This record gives sequence, structure tokens and C-alpha cells, in this order.
Amino acid sequence: MDPKTYKFDTLSLHAGYMPSKNAGSRQVPIYQTTSYMFDDVDHAAALFNLERGGHIYSRISNPTVQVLEERVAALEGGTAALATASGMSAIFLTIMTLCNAGDHVVVSSQLYGGTVNLFRLTLPKFGIKATFVKPRDTEGFKKAIQENTKCIYGELVGNPGNELMNLPEISKMAHDAGIPVVIDSTYQTPYLFKPLEHGADFVVHSLTKWMAGHGSSMAGILVEGGKFDFLKTDKFPTMTEPYEGYHGLSFAEEFGPVAFTMKARAEGMRDMGPCLSPQNAWNVLQGIETLSVRMEKHCSNALKMVEYLSNHESVAWVSHASLKDNPDYDLAKKLLPKGTGSMIAFGIKGGKEAGAAFIDNVKLASHLANVGDTRTLVIHPASATHSQMDEATLKLANMSHDMIRLSVGIEDIEDIINDFEDGFRAAKKPKLVANK
Amino acid sequence: MKFKVNNKEVFASTGGRPFDKKNPLIVFIHGSGLSHITWVLQTRYFAFHGYSVLAIDLPGHGYSEGPAIESIEEQGKWIADVIHSVDMKEASLVGHSQGCLVALECASQFPDKIKSIGLMGGAGAIPMNPELLDLAEKGDPKAVDLMMDWAHGPAGHFGGHPVPGLHHMNLGGSIVINGSVKNALGVDFRACDNYKNGFEAAKKIKCPTINILGDRDRMCPIKEGKKLADNIEDSEVEIIQNCGHMILLEEAGKSLELLKKFIRKNHPAEST
Repeated sequence: MDPKTYKFDTLSLHAGYMPSKNAGSRQVPIYQTTSYMFDDVDHAAALFNLERGGHIYSRISNPTVQVLEERVAALEGGTAALATASGMSAIFLTIMTLCNAGDHVVVSSQLYGGTVNLFRLTLPKFGIKATFVKPRDTEGFKKAIQENTKCIYGELVGNPGNELMNLPEISKMAHDAGIPVVIDSTYQTPYLFKPLEHGADFVVHSLTKWMAGHGSSMAGILVEGGKFDFLKTDKFPTMTEPYEGYHGLSFAEEFGPVAFTMKARAEGMRDMGPCLSPQNAWNVLQGIETLSVRMEKHCSNALKMVEYLSNHESVAWVSHASLKDNPDYDLAKKLLPKGTGSMIAFGIKGGKEAGAAFIDNVKLASHLANVGDTRTLVIHPASATHSQMDEATLKLANMSHDMIRLSVGIEDIEDIINDFEDGFRAAKKPKLVANK
Repeated sequence: MKFKVNNKEVFASTGGRPFDKKNPLIVFIHGSGLSHITWVLQTRYFAFHGYSVLAIDLPGHGYSEGPAIESIEEQGKWIADVIHSVDMKEASLVGHSQGCLVALECASQFPDKIKSIGLMGGAGAIPMNPELLDLAEKGDPKAVDLMMDWAHGPAGHFGGHPVPGLHHMNLGGSIVINGSVKNALGVDFRACDNYKNGFEAAKKIKCPTINILGDRDRMCPIKEGKKLADNIEDSEVEIIQNCGHMILLEEAGKSLELLKKFIRKNHPAEST
């Protein structure tokens, strides 16, 4: 006897939506509206006081966005989700809901450059400080936890170096210390990895990337796992004590496994307002419908590119956890059995000049600041996405000046390889190309 | 709030307002393996509209001290002890699933204490599937997956939670998993399976009762709910279309409207 609940691919297409509640419309309607009619004064008051569910104003929630939220919650195995205007706003909302001025977070040192700057430069302005720990330094995460630490934050596979965090072990350390773990799972998507099944308490995504998949729309999301019990510790008074903003409501007492999402929406979306547009939510939903088939092709192309690059005379090194000599190979086998993703970091012989020549001479691969497009993308992180980091932070992130970040698309693999051959040819004589 | 019942600590949500003995009391009783969380879309409304609310965690559930009580009859008596412990003389009861059996027992044992009863997804008997019962008693999380599958109607399986962003089945499953599958859900399922006094208890109930049923309920089908209603003297039946067993969440708005009308009529508060 087994439950007949829907599986991953079915959920990708159907979760969060019932045509019978939407005039029979097979496709999810785009509710392009700012606000929603109340039945009467009592109904309005009940909605504003969280006495009943429903929509008030599209900064707080929207029916199209709600479908996306339930769909991602279903795919991640979460109790609730809250979509935002971008991945960065999902991260900011999460940290601002967890922390107060004077709090501290332990953060993996290998993150998207914008996230590094958020923790290094912006959050300290609000009195929230961070200690950076190298992703492979599992014990280092434990040592960095302080009395005022409110979470451990990281990307399972770090951007751009591709080094793995040992999430199950790090989560155990965090839970022993009474704090949750937040994982940015943008690189994996729930098709490859579900952080909530491996100890994470909250998941954030830039849905802009593989989830939407087509390089068309900005979006982010926060997903709650429902297992972290704020009432079992005195570290989170804003979750457990009466909240003046809702007439003395204790979010943890009233909402239990969805308390964090309820607070992030009721307080964070109300006060900061990084709402997702219904049009972009709809675009992301289109992408999620084909998530499995795209991720399979992304991963199979990535493996072929890893093999090609590893054997290329112009390549100094390749970082991808599928390689047997990679320090994360065994951990990746355990955590990522369906594939280690389509992000590859490699070093080009000839250093920064050769890298610039390579990037300027590939034609199919796009040189831009994004990952997870259906198209192949390349960038030189040290001069672009991570250029605002100082030398010490670059070193902590294990980033070198010869590094090229490759997001493998789903084109025909022969065409990607032919394009790279042109790039490598030009990279051998960078000065000539530069003069030309 | 936390308080003592029979010298053991009990947690109950008061719906976001301090408990006030001056207001009429409604006690909400959750279903098997669940907790006070399931009632959030009913309790806050009543708490802010003239009622004192206790959405209790049964012993061994949520934040109430264990162990779980092993029989429905004893659980019914325990509800009367709760009313006594907060220094109140009477209350209305609202139950879901197993909570309906508990409400029936309490009202039949202590008819003078109960003003009205709201039953959601109730039946006179809730015999358990033997395999599900066995899994729950062994503490196997598969029991939770099966329970969530059967308990939810179409909205639960596809989506469309009344509160934007919440996921029906994962939320329900988390409440049970965060407790104890073996020591809460397993004990509850066995208590339901053993309970044979539902129809006799129903015949003793004199207070007004509303039976709110979901037409897609696979755990307590509507014919069983109607059969129970036929055995209660002052009873009405309301059927919600396209709704499974988790009526209080799947159709939170409709079930709240029905409860509001029913309780205001039969157990009015001074200010609503």
C-alpha cells in the first residue's frame, strides 16, 4: 500500500492550480491586479488580522504568484513558500526576518558576488555581521557559531568555484546550536537536490536561473521546511513573543510549521515590499513545466563539457564535482545522484589576458552576468560578477584570475565545443587578437 | 497559553488574544496526530469576536505534556477537565475527525457543561485500515504520507490553500511528523479503532450540533457523517462540495462561515 500522491514531473505541471476554481482555464491565469474586493467590513478586518486566508493587495500576495509559490513548495517538499522579485530579495527577506541588529550569521565564503556583498557590506549597516567560512571547512562552521548567531547560510555548490558544503553535517551542528540552516539551491533546483531532505530548514532560489530557465524573467523564492521549532529556543523572540504589528500575535505559536513564511509575508512584504509581478510568476511557471527535461540535458551536456575541457591542452584546471579527482566527488555522489549540475569553473592557460581573448572570441556562448539560461553562458568572474570583492575575499572564495565560469546550455554539444575551439585558438595569441 | 490539567502541562492556542474568562468559551479539538495549528483559520476569528478560545494540544501532542491518552472515553473526560482547569463552567466544542469522537464523548458524559457542538469530518465510528494502523504504531512515516493522501480532497492534492503560499499536504504532514508518529498518531489511531460508543454517546446529546461534511471525504465518508447526525436529537448537516476530510483547512472560509452562524445562534457572545 503506497500513497497515490503526485510525483515530481506531475507536480511541475499541476501543483498549486485547479482549473475548476478559475473558470475552467487550463493555463494559469495572469491576475494583473493590484487589489481584491472585500465581501464586507468584517471580511476585510479578518483578512488584515490574519484571521482568515485570502488576498488583500498584490504586494502581499497575488493569485498567479500563489500558484508559483505552492508549486515550488510542492517540488521542494516545503510547508510554504513566498515568491519575491529576485533571488537577492528572497535572501534579504529571509535574513531580515531571522535577524535583528546585533545578530550574527555564519556564511559560506563561496557565494554569488552580490550575496557576498550583501553579507560583507550591506547587512553590517543594519547591525548584522557575518563570519565567512570556506565551504569545505565543515568544522569551521561550528567554530564560527557565536552566542548571537542566528543561522548558517550557504550555497551547496559554491559560486563560482563549485566547492561543496557538507550540508548534512553542517545542519546537525547548526541544530545542536539551536539555529537553522538556509541554503541557496539555485544551482541545483529541486530536480537535482532537495535541501530540506538533507537538514536545511529554509531554501532560497533565484528562480531567474534554471527554474525559469529561459533568461527572460527575474524572480526569487523562500521555501520553509516546517521542521525548525522556534519555540524550542529563546534565540528568536520576534518569532515567539507577541508582535505588536498584529495585536500581540506570536507567529510561532499560531502558525507552527509555516510561522516563518507567515512572518516574512505579513511583516517583510508589508514593510519592504519586494513583490513578484504576476507576469514574471507566469513566465517562471512556464519554465518549471519543463524543468526535468531541461535539467537532464543541462547535466548531460555539462558532463561532456567537463570531459572535453579536462583533456584540452589550453585548460589548466577544471572544477566540477563529477571529476573523480575532485575533493567533493564522494560527497557529490551521495548528495547529487541525479547530476552535479551544469556549472563548470575552469582555468585557462595564459591567465587573465588569455581568458579575455577566449571570452571575446566565442560566438555561440553568450558573455553575460547570468547562469542557468537554456543558452550557454560564459563570464570572467574576477572582472565581472565578483569584481566588487577585495583580494582577501576573492582568496577566501578560492577564486583565481584565470577562472572562467561556464553555465552549460542545452544546445547541441558539438556546436558548443566547436565554439570553444574558436575561443581557445584566439586565447593562444591574445595580443594578436587584441591588436586586430 | 500553558496551564495545568491533572497536574500535567497543557498548551492551548488562545487565538492570538489573552484568555478572558468573561467571554463564552469554545474548545477546539484536533484530529489524530495533529495539533492546535490546524485550527488557526477558525480560532483567530472567534478570539477577536467576543469569544475565549482554547485550541488545545491533546496530551502528548504539540506542546502538551505526554503521554497521549489511550481511549476516546478518557479523552472526552479530559476535555471536561480542561474546562474546569480554566475555571469555566461551560463551553462549546468544535472537533475535527477524532476530535469529533472526543467531543461526542465529552458532551454525553458532561451534558451540563456543553452548550453546542461543531463537528467537522465526523462519524459515529472511525475504524482504521489495519495496515495504516500497523504502520502508525510502528512509527513508520509512511503512515503520515498515507494519511495525508487519504485526508485531502482535490484541493489538497493540487493546491489552492486559502492562505497564499501554504502547501496543504506538506503542512499537514509536518504537524504530524514534528510530533510523534508512534506515540501520538499510533495511539490516536488505536483509540479511534477501539472506540465503539459513538452512536450511544450521540443519542445522549441534547445540545445543538452541526455536522460539517466534505463530499470528497475518504476517511469519514458523508454517509457516515449523516448516520451520526441521525442519532443526535438536535442536529443539522452541512455538506461542502469538492472537499476532503481536512475541511477546516481545505475549505477554511466556508467552514468558518458555517461555524460563525451556528455558534453565534446557540452560544452567543455579548460583543461579536
